[in-house]
Amino acid sequence: MQILKIITKNALRHKLRTFLTILGVAIAILAFGLLRTVISAWYAGVEASSASRLVTRNSISLIFPLPLSYKDKIRQVDGVKLVSFGNWFGGIYIDEKNFFANYAVEPKGYLTLYPEITIPEDQKKAFLQDRKGAVAGRILIEKYRWKIGDIITLKGTIFPGEWDFVLRGIYRGRDKTVDESAFIFQWDYLNETLKKTTPLRADQVGWYMIGITNPNLAADVAVRIDKTFKNSLAETLTETEKAFQLGFISMTEAIIIAIKLVSFVVIFIIMVVVANTMAMTARERIGEYAVFKTLGFGGWHIARLIFGESLLISLIGCILGIVLTFPAADIFSSSLRTYFPVFNVATKTIYMDIGASVLVGSVAAVFPTWRAIKIRIADGLRRIG
Amino acid sequence: MGNKTFIVEIKNLFKSYRRGNQILPVLKDINLDIDEGEFLALMGPSGSGKTTLLNLIAGIDRADSGTIIVGGIEITSLSETELAGWRAYNVGFIFQFYNLIPVLTAYENIELPLLLTSLSKKERREHVEIALRLVSLEDRMDHYPGQLSGGQQQRVAIARAIITDPTILVADEPTGDLDRDSAVEILGLMERLVHELGKTIIMVTHDPRAAKMAHIIMHLDKGVLNANPQNHY
Repeated sequence: MQILKIITKNALRHKLRTFLTILGVAIAILAFGLLRTVISAWYAGVEASSASRLVTRNSISLIFPLPLSYKDKIRQVDGVKLVSFGNWFGGIYIDEKNFFANYAVEPKGYLTLYPEITIPEDQKKAFLQDRKGAVAGRILIEKYRWKIGDIITLKGTIFPGEWDFVLRGIYRGRDKTVDESAFIFQWDYLNETLKKTTPLRADQVGWYMIGITNPNLAADVAVRIDKTFKNSLAETLTETEKAFQLGFISMTEAIIIAIKLVSFVVIFIIMVVVANTMAMTARERIGEYAVFKTLGFGGWHIARLIFGESLLISLIGCILGIVLTFPAADIFSSSLRTYFPVFNVATKTIYMDIGASVLVGSVAAVFPTWRAIKIRIADGLRRIG
Repeated sequence: MGNKTFIVEIKNLFKSYRRGNQILPVLKDINLDIDEGEFLALMGPSGSGKTTLLNLIAGIDRADSGTIIVGGIEITSLSETELAGWRAYNVGFIFQFYNLIPVLTAYENIELPLLLTSLSKKERREHVEIALRLVSLEDRMDHYPGQLSGGQQQRVAIARAIITDPTILVADEPTGDLDRDSAVEILGLMERLVHELGKTIIMVTHDPRAAKMAHIIMHLDKGVLNANPQNHY
């Protein structure tokens, strides 16, 4: 009881210094939390991936297509339950700055394979029945204020021309990790148009999405699929959806490493700031610690006083930082929704915040504690008066 | 001579300090016995080793050689941890600058040494209230050191020193920072501790008036203890 009282009273001795240190920790935790959330957002696709889905693409590169004819062959591979496919469309809505993911998919299989994408039944039916139909995520609908039935025109970049789509549905994510800012339309519309304009590009798909019967056999099924197309003109590379998503992320690995590094640098800086505060505090109170020791309090008691104060300051800063992280993440998310469609402060991030502040508080207290414990009582008492 | 036991027995005590490559002897072959219930004043010029001797008796400094036995325990052979535990129960400290913890009230300062005991909160309260009555500060128990005069702070320090009913009380210039009236008041209180409670006090002082209150005055000069103490009995 008394120890907590002393710790609290000690922390409040220099109110301005303590307030500024707490503020510093809060800002550092806020920055750390946001940076970790950016990293989580980067991995959102990986998080959303399922263990029971495989992705097959051209083994040379994703930009090279695969023949449509592979669909039936893949379906016949042992362990495969369902096959769908898609193409990255890369269309621009009005202006290049309005970036959002848009791709053509074989809709029936796709929606079966991705149950986390939820569309009201009537809208789903309307989408499946309309060759020019499209569905868009909730975030896109809110951003561009689209309504069901609107004609949305995308300017093709990979597939040149003006492409008109009829908005037939709005999808939402069943889970928080689902990207709600994509635009999906029927692959048949793309393919039939290509047959008329550039027939050589028709009947080609960007990747196959494969549902498997047993997630534990994913590796075997992947090997079997790739073996089927060995020595063909378009050899395949099949991997789990997670590995496929990680493949994308690995292209930007340097950025992620840089963000991680910056997040740790932020924590290191605040650690130095808190350590400096605690060093000043301990230096000022060295005489008092000597008095405590004179009265019979051992090193453990002195350590509790210093560690307690350091941890109290950093944990209050941490709580403040965590509380600020949520509105800050909302602001961040609404301004950069296009780049980070899934931007949620994860529970893991909160744990990391707490861990970081405990680390900061503990490390900052080590040197002052060591000094306070090591000083001879007679020397400490001489500092008084 | 019989086998008389003393509350403090010091034999062949040497202490020196190192300054750079130089070794400065501070106490040279000190031999001293103090009876229980004694009020001893240690006098001497600055740098004569008075405070060092007091610190050694109180177990807050280490001797180079020799033995110190307090209350039958040879404290010169105790480890740092053992010494800390020993001090908590056996020594009450009264300092020149009171050395109260500024963020704690008078009550909390006095209670501090009891936190190391197994006493319950209620028992601690009873002890603190008795000590507060003894130093006549019941009405100031919730005051912080900064809200008390020097004399009152020293009375709180005395209450803190006696709260665990220690074997000896050591006082280092207890009136050094006080005005004349407060000094008289504090010395009167210390005398009461000796006469009424049978406490043993070892006091370091420069002040001859303070020393006169003691039963015995011993002089230290250049680390050597005067062999002829002045007896005030």
